Amino acid sequence: MASNERSGLTRRAWLATTSGVIAAGVLKTQADAVKLMAQEAPAGRAASSMIPGRLVSEVGRRAPAERPRRLLRAEALSSSSRTPLQDLYGIITPADLHFERHHGGIPDIVAEAHELLIHGLVDRPMVFRMADLKRYPAVSRICFVECSGNGGGAYNRDRMPTEITPQALDGLLSTSEWVGVPVSTVLREVGVRRGASWVLAEGGDSAMMSRSVPLEKIMDDALLAYAQNGEAIRPEQGYPLRLLLPGWEGNTQVKWLRRIEITDRPTMTRDETSKYTDPLGDGTARQFSFVMDAKSVITFPSYPYALPDRGWWEIKGLAWTGRGRVTRVEVSTDAGRSWVDAEMQPPVLPKCTVRFRHLWEWDGREAVILSRATDETGYLQPTVQQLWEARGERTSYHHNHQRAWKVAADGAVTFGLGDLV
Amino acid sequence: MRPAAPARSREVGRTGLAFSLAVCALAVCALAACGPAGNGGSMAAGGDGAGASSAYTFVPLPADAPARFGFGAQAPDARVAAWDVDVKPDGEGLPPGSGTVADGERVYMTQCVACHGPTGTEGPNDRLVSDAPWDQWPEERAVGNYWPYATTLFDYVSKAMPQLTPGTLSASETYAVIAYILHLNGVLPEDAVMDAETLPAVRMPARDRFVVDDRSGGGEVR
Repeated sequence: MASNERSGLTRRAWLATTSGVIAAGVLKTQADAVKLMAQEAPAGRAASSMIPGRLVSEVGRRAPAERPRRLLRAEALSSSSRTPLQDLYGIITPADLHFERHHGGIPDIVAEAHELLIHGLVDRPMVFRMADLKRYPAVSRICFVECSGNGGGAYNRDRMPTEITPQALDGLLSTSEWVGVPVSTVLREVGVRRGASWVLAEGGDSAMMSRSVPLEKIMDDALLAYAQNGEAIRPEQGYPLRLLLPGWEGNTQVKWLRRIEITDRPTMTRDETSKYTDPLGDGTARQFSFVMDAKSVITFPSYPYALPDRGWWEIKGLAWTGRGRVTRVEVSTDAGRSWVDAEMQPPVLPKCTVRFRHLWEWDGREAVILSRATDETGYLQPTVQQLWEARGERTSYHHNHQRAWKVAADGAVTFGLGDLV
Repeated sequence: MRPAAPARSREVGRTGLAFSLAVCALAVCALAACGPAGNGGSMAAGGDGAGASSAYTFVPLPADAPARFGFGAQAPDARVAAWDVDVKPDGEGLPPGSGTVADGERVYMTQCVACHGPTGTEGPNDRLVSDAPWDQWPEERAVGNYWPYATTLFDYVSKAMPQLTPGTLSASETYAVIAYILHLNGVLPEDAVMDAETLPAVRMPARDRFVVDDRSGGGEVR
């Protein structure tokens, strides 16, 4: 024992460490561990420094103890999964954790055989292979993609949740660096005719997911994207080609893109009529509600975390808007009675998430914390009461109202909007 | 192109038409201003406040960039015709064929009933039949009370249904099952026949319910 004390390492700690190392795959067998344990680690040396580490590999992997996971709905045939917002840092979503929403499953597409047809009100109907599209001058863009159904779980007054994580509530939001060719560049090749005003984008999945998009947006900043976070787009995100419409609802950004028809009117597909339209309180339904309005979410502290003690804590979260840049994020720690500016971590990019933080000294008493974002149009993220008033309490989609978390005196955190309404 | 429905109308509903016109005006201006060496980045800001963003995203093509790069290949007419399967609200794109309500019931009971239930109300997948008022959302949003265009049924069913064997119904089977679904919703009588002419003429109960998105940022919550 004396030697262990000298080395600053008890036998018990050794055991814990070596079993961890075995789990990590460094040691092949318990026998290796026992052999290693027989050695004494000199003072000042970590156990991990007593043996050579693993060798290089063709594809890396996460530390075994880090297990961020997408959240699937309970149903076996779920068609969506959610990004673990509370487990991530910065603004970029690892590609394998990007949220999923499919309307006919994930198709297996051979990129070499994939073709994009562009036709309709054009001078020259043309087909493009992936190699053709990659030959055009490319641009990259960091922006968010959000499903317009995101956050609907905290809108209904009678079903306001308490035990819900940021992931379960708002995880249909992800941010990536996308690379592709502007659609406007490729449209030069086909020659858009006068009178054109819309395009129909159609996927090669089993639902042939289709959306009509105004040509104005296509010409402004739409991309034919083939890469995400430095590599080819993941199959779940539309491999090998997707439409990217920065700031617009995710459903319009058709994945597995196979056909673009230039038209003079919308096609009125299912997903722009019976779905992705917003029934309003006055008996109408809002159609082509493309843009994602300003929104922010505190990702820490949040359910199911419990603050272990009072003192300094950093409130952290994400803010974003489809209408340009977020210009301000405010945080309240007194249930919305007063607000202070949060720090926005650069870069603050248009139509992109921005990381915000606010240093908070928790005094150990019950507190309700909120955030609210303002965008460059002057739009302030509304309260849920404001949305109820504007759209009715039974609307669907575009639930960008302020979220709240309640920190109880014992540190337990729950979703707190229900306490405010 | 598939044969267009005979009486092609440019009327796409007040919503769509108004939106089209607004966007069309902007798009035409923008295209005209764009020119051969132009690029999307040079275009006027959109109604979504996107203007400030373009400078960040789009590096304009160099002045000596060609009007056309010559990449890609001309699409043969047959390819365009085969791939152009969508159906527009005026019936453009509807194929030949026809189906009755009675035919549609047979299609429904073999192809659809497992997911949509014996009367189109039981699920487990989307409810197809309802005449409930709109405030009973979302359980009651169905073809009869929420879908604004009957042509959407053809576009969607022919592309995406039946879920496990999409693309396997014939055009006449598709017309028939649509006739049956519309009949279940009280939109069509029992002796109705759906084809490229009659389907676009169906007036859906929800047709006038849809309005253009009026959100535009700024100080007002909408």
